[in-house]
Amino acid sequence: MAALPTDSATARRNQWLGLALVVLLAAVLPFFLSNYRVFQLTLVLAYAIVLLGLNMLTGYNGQISLGHGAFYAIGAYTAAILMDKFGVPYWLTLPAAAAVCLVAGFLFGLPALRLEGLYLALATFALGVALPQLLKYKHFEHWTGGVQGIVIIKPDAPFGLPVNADQWLYLFTLGVAALMFILGVNLLRGRIGRALVAIRDQPIAAEAMGVDISLYKALTFGVSAMYTGVGGALGAIAVQFVAPDSFTIFLSIAFLVGIVVGGLASVSGAIYGALFIQFVPNIADQISKAAPWAIYGVFLIACMFLMPGGIAQVVGGAWQRLRRKPGKSV
Amino acid sequence: MAGSPLARKDTAAAAGEAAPLLRVSGISVRFGGIVALDNLSFDIAAGQIVGLIGPNGAGKTTLFNCLSRLYPFTGGDITFAGTSLSAVPRHRIAGLGIARTFQNLALFRSLSVFDNILLGRHCRSGSGFLANALRPPRIAHEEEDAAQRVAGLVRFLGLDALAAAPVAAMPFGTQKRVELGRALASEPRLLLLDEPASGLNHEEVDALATLITEIRDRLHVTILLVEHHMSLVMRVSDKVVALDFGRKIADGPPAAVRQDPEVVRAYLGTGPATAAAGAGR
Ligand SMILES: Nc1ncnc2c1ncn2[C@@H]1O[C@H](COP(=O)(O)OP(=O)(O)OP(=O)(O)O)[C@@H](O)[C@H]1O
Ligand SMILES: [Mg+2]
Repeated sequence: MAALPTDSATARRNQWLGLALVVLLAAVLPFFLSNYRVFQLTLVLAYAIVLLGLNMLTGYNGQISLGHGAFYAIGAYTAAILMDKFGVPYWLTLPAAAAVCLVAGFLFGLPALRLEGLYLALATFALGVALPQLLKYKHFEHWTGGVQGIVIIKPDAPFGLPVNADQWLYLFTLGVAALMFILGVNLLRGRIGRALVAIRDQPIAAEAMGVDISLYKALTFGVSAMYTGVGGALGAIAVQFVAPDSFTIFLSIAFLVGIVVGGLASVSGAIYGALFIQFVPNIADQISKAAPWAIYGVFLIACMFLMPGGIAQVVGGAWQRLRRKPGKSV
Repeated sequence: MAGSPLARKDTAAAAGEAAPLLRVSGISVRFGGIVALDNLSFDIAAGQIVGLIGPNGAGKTTLFNCLSRLYPFTGGDITFAGTSLSAVPRHRIAGLGIARTFQNLALFRSLSVFDNILLGRHCRSGSGFLANALRPPRIAHEEEDAAQRVAGLVRFLGLDALAAAPVAAMPFGTQKRVELGRALASEPRLLLLDEPASGLNHEEVDALATLITEIRDRLHVTILLVEHHMSLVMRVSDKVVALDFGRKIADGPPAAVRQDPEVVRAYLGTGPATAAAGAGR
């Protein structure tokens, strides 16, 4: 399993430089792609935020969730309802979705403290299957739009910026994702991140070292749900539509697939995982219209066999070798 | 037997002697029909190295687990620096100043040697999730300070060359040393060592004896040492407490406890008592 983000000062400066470079590259990307591709990449960014949040919970802290689609849906509906019913500007819906999901996740995390491993997986699974039905519930229909869902309007670029709506939303989402990743890396590389891994590896010793396990686990659930909710809100704005059927249990499973394929307990793994869950189903569909999920399954199994530590580990290893070579020859 | 040390303690209290750092008074622990600790009482004065001996299953680790609040005890109480431990939750024990190692190792297997020891400093900061995510200069300094202290400890323990390596790959003896480092990182006033010499050869045990005295003398840490390695215990301890079936059978200077007939009998009853042979399990 991947370690915590590395610590030496130069290594850290290089990491931030690398991140800045990636963000810069990502920022010019939409000007070379079709609007549809830009839209797809916007979703990748939203998913990456979700997967970072889920990875904090499952990869770093060792609490399995099969129900994060529920928090994604809560974030999405919070944004949609605020925009549609209250005319709240799209960017203001993000802190609202974050707050709602932080509280929802924390409250769910408290009783979940009593559950371990597969039992926790089942409890979160229950959440994941129950929520879409609740969204259809008659008495909530006034807010949720029932089975029909809610249509929202795509925001235009502000200040007369010379970019179209798709490009703007992509850039906006990129900015939010960069912010969420910076906060996430800070959290994971310091005292709290170490404590999360300690709880996963050896809870008794963690507690003996002074880690308040119950509080940390519940808070991690909250923070994880918060990340997921922000991703959900951004996803809803990008898709311009929310409906219960977009948030089936399959979405929750896809998120779990994303963090495992990308790399458990790895920050960059969230990005690789997001690319996987966005594009691999499409590719599978192109290969075989008749049995896309069979192709998807083959991809998944191949990933597990060829990259058991996740894509992040393979990329990280290759990067290390590349950088070490010139050093060794001197 | 238990009577005489108790009497001694009473006269000491009457004479107005400084309160002990740790006072265990009349605690019992039962697991179903097994009495793991039976009305156990003893004191540790600040600055002492106290050896805790007894045959397998005597209740030594159980006492550690009471001090860590892992096991509930009945009867009396444990006070540390005047604070009753019965009201202290598990995760506050380290902050109070009690650190421990585990008999069968409890390291964070996916972390490096360095990060394992760094975890020991968790209790020395109260910074929360939000502060760490925002990481203002205050937090960055705190992290740097922690890393520097740990680097010092790593040098003190001779783990420099291994600091970045994953702890899971280390031999047993090294892992025990990492646990010692992790415990020391919390800047304890009382250090609980559960069989630190297991898995070590003769020279290494010698080095450990020196290290334990150094920890007391240079870092000013009081130590409670559980060990089967009798020569080590007798060499470093200021006093020795002997248990058998959860009962205290002796409490006094090492030389006296070694010759105590009940101690000799307890060891003869379950296995060889003499010197290093007692380590065999
Ligand atoms: N969690 C537990 N559940 C049931 N019985 C226990 C538990 N912990 C300890 N015991 C029992 O309590 C008694 C004391 O065990 P303890 O581990 O304290 O002995 P010890 O003195 O540390 O022995 P050793 O030298 O073998 O480590 C033993 O009979 C043991 O089986
Ligand atoms: Mg023991």
